[in-house]
Amino acid sequence: MSNRLPLEGITVLEFSQFLAAPSAGLRLADLGARVIKIERPQGGDLCRKLSFKNMFVGDDSLLFHTINRNKESFTADLKNPEDLEWVKQLITKADIITHNFRPGVMEKIGLDYPLVKEINPKIIYAQVTGYGKAGPWKNKPGQDLLVQALSGLTWLSGNNDEPLPFGMSIADIICGAHLVQGILACLYSRKLTGEGANIEVSLMESILDFQFEFLTNYYNGGGIPQKSKVNHAHSLLNAPYGIYETKDGYLAISMGNLQTFSLALDLQILKNYEDDDAFSKRDEIKQHIAKQLLTNTFEHWKERLNTHSLWSMPVLNWKDLLMENAYQSLKIEQDLITQDGKIVKAMRGAVCMNNQTFTNNKPAPILGQHTQAIKSELLNINITEND
Amino acid sequence: MTKPLANILVIDFSQFLSGPSCTLRLADLGAEIIKIEKPVTGDICRQLYVSNLVIEGQSSIFHAINRNKKSFVADLKNQKDIGQIKKLIAVADVLVHNYRPGVMERLGLDYETIKSINKNIIYADISGYGSQTEWKGEPGQDLLVQGVSGLAWLSGANNDGPVPMGISVTDILAGTYLTQGILAALYNRAVTGEGSSIQVNMLESSMEFQFEAFTTFLNDGNELPVRSLQNPSHAYVSAPYGIYETQTGYLALAMGKIPFIGELIECTLLADYTETDGFDKRDEIKGVLAKHLLTNTTSHWLDKLEPADIWCAEVFDYEKLRAHEAYQVLDMEQTVVTTAGTSITTTRCPIKINGNIFTSPVAAPSLGEHTEAIIKRFKL
Repeated sequence: MSNRLPLEGITVLEFSQFLAAPSAGLRLADLGARVIKIERPQGGDLCRKLSFKNMFVGDDSLLFHTINRNKESFTADLKNPEDLEWVKQLITKADIITHNFRPGVMEKIGLDYPLVKEINPKIIYAQVTGYGKAGPWKNKPGQDLLVQALSGLTWLSGNNDEPLPFGMSIADIICGAHLVQGILACLYSRKLTGEGANIEVSLMESILDFQFEFLTNYYNGGGIPQKSKVNHAHSLLNAPYGIYETKDGYLAISMGNLQTFSLALDLQILKNYEDDDAFSKRDEIKQHIAKQLLTNTFEHWKERLNTHSLWSMPVLNWKDLLMENAYQSLKIEQDLITQDGKIVKAMRGAVCMNNQTFTNNKPAPILGQHTQAIKSELLNINITEND
Repeated sequence: MTKPLANILVIDFSQFLSGPSCTLRLADLGAEIIKIEKPVTGDICRQLYVSNLVIEGQSSIFHAINRNKKSFVADLKNQKDIGQIKKLIAVADVLVHNYRPGVMERLGLDYETIKSINKNIIYADISGYGSQTEWKGEPGQDLLVQGVSGLAWLSGANNDGPVPMGISVTDILAGTYLTQGILAALYNRAVTGEGSSIQVNMLESSMEFQFEAFTTFLNDGNELPVRSLQNPSHAYVSAPYGIYETQTGYLALAMGKIPFIGELIECTLLADYTETDGFDKRDEIKGVLAKHLLTNTTSHWLDKLEPADIWCAEVFDYEKLRAHEAYQVLDMEQTVVTTAGTSITTTRCPIKINGNIFTSPVAAPSLGEHTEAIIKRFKL
């Protein structure tokens, strides 16, 4: 088996900011592509200044470092004809472009798909929008929380009759992942047909796809999803599916037959329930189980459930997780060393090939770090080609 | 247009959601998917008793996940059936499974064996926790993975205890990442002529999902996330980020300078908060906002905030969403029809290529629906 990375030789120009499209760029980089961020000379990717807990490494936020490791940075003012000419030069050498400008912006600059295709007919052009390019929301900010709220997603978690967002940027992440799927599928078909492609994804369509089980259920008469009032985990699943507190910690319990749970949890009252009740009476069943689990320790219940082949696992926080052998043996952390010698703890991605992980300790670029080198490279290529 | 994966044949041994959601996407992109299912019961998801909505004897969820696939019944403990399956695998491009580590080895369908009958196959698997870890034998089930991966401490309020995300998010992400791996391997095969194996596990998928927050934790001396008590949304983001009740419903409010928002909504109590207060005093600020936003309607607040480019939106449920023009213009629904004639409305592939949306009228298969046809076609 060769050590060739699958996307070796592929160049990506990333005209993208924040999380959705840059997370796609990160995956492409880890799979072996060369990813060049095209950034505004003033400030660059806005994510450079967006921080969690005000954590910065050098001039850029830790968040920026996390999302943009293993990339290069080329600064260009797309309104300046000279800079735009350089970018067009780059496009002739590129395989993929990603951008997440609002609809109309690339058209104004003159880098929309039809124009880019003239410069490079084989380009794979990939665009992320918030809500698609038509309709009343086309200019609405494509922001994760707003997309969660508009898509119905916030009615799926928590015990209350109130909306609760997912505590992660799920729309951004899932949309970036779909963008990667589209790009890779088109790279594959380009290899066979020689033709480029124009890919569009949006945060809204991606978050709707993410809810496809719930939406299908709703479209076909299953009604608006109803949450459990206690120990809620999944609107479409039976009791006891949920997280429960024990005397000394929390336990996540999966699916199974109620009568088996009755035996495993030594809970006689469950004998009064039919199988069908596991959905229709799930709140009261869950309450019985919740009460019982509080009477003993996590280890006790885990063992009882194991004995009856019922699935459960401990609920850990990240500190607990770091102590687990299983976590440690996965080796998902990697250290990056920044340009001025600082160490950033980062992670690798979840995709493995031939049992090899994809790691790369190249840090995120300083704004414009590679502009000059890339320009010289372009000049050299042009000289070589003219020879 | 020709779909990008036209002519790709996928043999799918996977069950439930993680693996099948991957092969659903491959089907959307044009691949032919043959589910290998055990006699009598098939994919366990067929029987998964969900939401009291059953279509042609199968759960609605099964229909959502397995549209546009074929079903071939085989008993993997029967040598004749295994022989047929191996013939099928010999002409396939991709094999997908989500058995626990060791099962495919016992069945004699592990990568090394399969490679000897199809050298360039792409062999893709999803496990719960990897094939070499202490947890390799533990059930790789979504809620359990949410539980062990710390994910349950990111949603809800800090005094709520662990709150799972109400979708099988680690299943779906693992399936999504497996699709990426398979597509990268297909491209790699087109370049080099070589097949490969792809591994994804749910624990790593959950950690990748959390990478922004988890990296923060790794770099700040392992301080655990602290969720808001008030209008909780994202443990690491400053006020006003959250959802607020109004007189008529709920409003999602993402970003904006607090005093400026205060000015727009005429709430003088917000006038003096500084930039750093947004995080340090977020519960206090959100408390003020929550009280104030209750005093008028959602549309009143949207009219004040949106023109000033404050990022906000009404909170919809499925009914409101489906009635809205902005949803309808996406053309997100498609109808599939089962062989028995039942129409089912479901979602379509979210990826648009050259302006085309990809749909297919083919519904989920009944158990073993294509066994005979496949035996004939591939001379098994």
